[in-house]
Amino acid sequence: MNPSLREAGLFAGLILLVAGIFAWLGAAYGVRMLVEASCYAIIALGLTIQWGYAGLFNVGLMGFVAIAAFTTVLISYPVNDVFWSGDGPWMLGQAALTLAIGVAITLLLSRSTRIGVPKGLRTALTLVAAAITYLAVQGQLDPAATLIEREAGFIGGFGLPVWMGWAAGGVVAGLLGWAMGRITLGLRADYMAIATLGIAEIVKAFLKNADWLTRGTLTVSPLPWPVPTPQELGFVASRSAYLAVTAVMIVVLYVLLERAWHSPWGRMMRAIRDNEVSAAAMGKDINRRRLEMFVVGNFIIGLGGAALITFTTIFDPSSFAPLNHTFLIWVMVILGGAGNNLGAIFGALLVYVIWIMSEPVAIFLFTNAEQLGERLFGWEAPADLYTRALQMRVFVIGLTITLVLRFAPKGLLPEKVVKYD
Amino acid sequence: MPEAGLLAILPMNELVFFLNKVVIAGLIIGSVYALGAVGVTLIFGILRFAHFPHGDMMTAGAFVALVLLWMFPGVGAAVGLPTAFVLMPIAMAVTALLAVGLDRMFYRPMRKSGVKPVVMVMTSIGVMLMMQGLLRLFAGTGTRQLYADTDDKDIYRIPLGGRDLVITEPQLMLFATTIVAVVALHMFLTRSRMGKAMRAVSDNPDLARVSGISIDHVVRTTWLIAGALAAAGGTLLALDVTLKPDLSYNIILPIFAAAIVGGVGQPYGAIAGGLLVGFSETLAVFNWSVLLRPMRPYLPEFIEIPAKLAFVPTEYKIVVPFFILIAVLIWRPTGLFKGRVNN
Repeated sequence: MNPSLREAGLFAGLILLVAGIFAWLGAAYGVRMLVEASCYAIIALGLTIQWGYAGLFNVGLMGFVAIAAFTTVLISYPVNDVFWSGDGPWMLGQAALTLAIGVAITLLLSRSTRIGVPKGLRTALTLVAAAITYLAVQGQLDPAATLIEREAGFIGGFGLPVWMGWAAGGVVAGLLGWAMGRITLGLRADYMAIATLGIAEIVKAFLKNADWLTRGTLTVSPLPWPVPTPQELGFVASRSAYLAVTAVMIVVLYVLLERAWHSPWGRMMRAIRDNEVSAAAMGKDINRRRLEMFVVGNFIIGLGGAALITFTTIFDPSSFAPLNHTFLIWVMVILGGAGNNLGAIFGALLVYVIWIMSEPVAIFLFTNAEQLGERLFGWEAPADLYTRALQMRVFVIGLTITLVLRFAPKGLLPEKVVKYD
Repeated sequence: MPEAGLLAILPMNELVFFLNKVVIAGLIIGSVYALGAVGVTLIFGILRFAHFPHGDMMTAGAFVALVLLWMFPGVGAAVGLPTAFVLMPIAMAVTALLAVGLDRMFYRPMRKSGVKPVVMVMTSIGVMLMMQGLLRLFAGTGTRQLYADTDDKDIYRIPLGGRDLVITEPQLMLFATTIVAVVALHMFLTRSRMGKAMRAVSDNPDLARVSGISIDHVVRTTWLIAGALAAAGGTLLALDVTLKPDLSYNIILPIFAAAIVGGVGQPYGAIAGGLLVGFSETLAVFNWSVLLRPMRPYLPEFIEIPAKLAFVPTEYKIVVPFFILIAVLIWRPTGLFKGRVNN
């Protein structure tokens, strides 16, 4: 079929589906769903850069989303006066100073081979310096954390505009991605998957337990919005305004990505993805280009994640469940069509709508199964049947991934291969 | 007697505490990691992808043992060992067949169509999600005991002056199983035709194929071994603590770390790596103040001993395998035993 006809058909079907949900569940619900779907679409655009353009494997999406969301909270949450008037900032400053001095000494020692220190001694000295730095910083941070938690709860934010928080969130996610990429990009592809999985777990553990910084499981809310809140405008109007913001972001990102994709840079990236050896033979620095891709992708993922968490108005570190969300986004990208920006957006919207609707469907199915089982076999259903029913969705995500990869590896909207005759 | 005098100075209480908390605990968790990592490293070496569902395979094996326990509750009492342990060989066989079945259904078609290794990893993640979904659907999310009421959990206390060295029955069974598994695997890989074929495929698949080794047989054997060892590890871990359906994420990262530290494709390396990761975890969360306190009289005045002096707070335990992994990837990507880094 003609690709543009196919696009038009698929999007028309999607619009019909969304219109049906609007008619069924009301505008407030429909707009909320669309905003969340659009945030997922931004994240999916970031992932399609990494997976579709560069073939990089990021299973730590939720870690990057969480760190970006936390940065947004730190930048844009109102200032906590109790914290700033107490001893907390002073103590944190001391810990930061110790950290800076320690890192400087460690770095100097790691370079000490240049003044003739033997290599073994250098390594030993560096490790000792790093350990001492770590213990010293921890020793200073602990009392500071206890004090802040007792007196001020947590350190609060800087009260800056929300868009600054989003941008900063994207930058921090990008930096984390840079560090991960530096370590794993030269090695076999699986290592990056393992490392990103690990970093996501660590980011989550840190955000959950560093109460002085994030309030941990007590959660931070309400997060400030970039547009007037529902209390001022009503649900539909304020959510529509939010949707306008995310839609503009998607359009801008889409245009920029399409431009990049059709530029010489994009051509180089495709060359690297499709034939690494010949690209290297042409003198392209493969790992460096991949690092670029990974960082840009993470920046966009962070941006989308920050927008998503801001919309939910609550920052809850334990809500970043890797199972559901990370792989939900993966399904969006591979089902929509890896390497096709429009496909990523389409996949995100479609999959999110199905995901949201699958909860009532799963519960409906299981309630019926329960009644049927009771009538036919006298089967007594376990009490936690509903929570178990929702686990079924995890199974469906996994099944979709394996089936799509096997039978339709190109997705619904395949990548458009440009041919030069 | 001078020896007795020396012993009196030694802080036996604290040393035994150290043995309990670090050496024994490290051996236990290290053995579990090792049993998992052997399978991961074999799959890594022969099929060339990171097998993410391995943690869930361990859980699945433990659940098979649980189902067997419900079906034949009286077996253990007849032998005098916990029922689940007596039935473990059956659970291992069932899980091994499950592993081969998963390969038939999901991995082999991908392999035949010659996809990139990254796509295989993605498929394995899809399988991981399916297994997790099914496990939680059938088992719920609560924890269970793999010890039946009729089994009693023997606890051995070895007096060492002051505190006792504590070791439990499932822990002894875990050590015994690990040792037997390691020896058996060694014999298999070095003495049997199939073991030699597996090593050949791991070293150079093309050369192995042209020398007439059947890749299909090798792959099937790999899955059988990996599945059986995963079931053993999962069952023994569940016997020692409890059976949790959502174990997988917490265990897959240390297992990968162990496999990579040991060198990908090196079974002995995986065992060493598993123990290394296990000991690092227990050493990192150990409270060193306990050992420093008896030395108080010999230390200068200005050093104060904090109440808690651990390298890593217990909440951040997952950080330890991750940092080992990163350190190895930076300084020695081939691992301790020279594994393969490229595809």
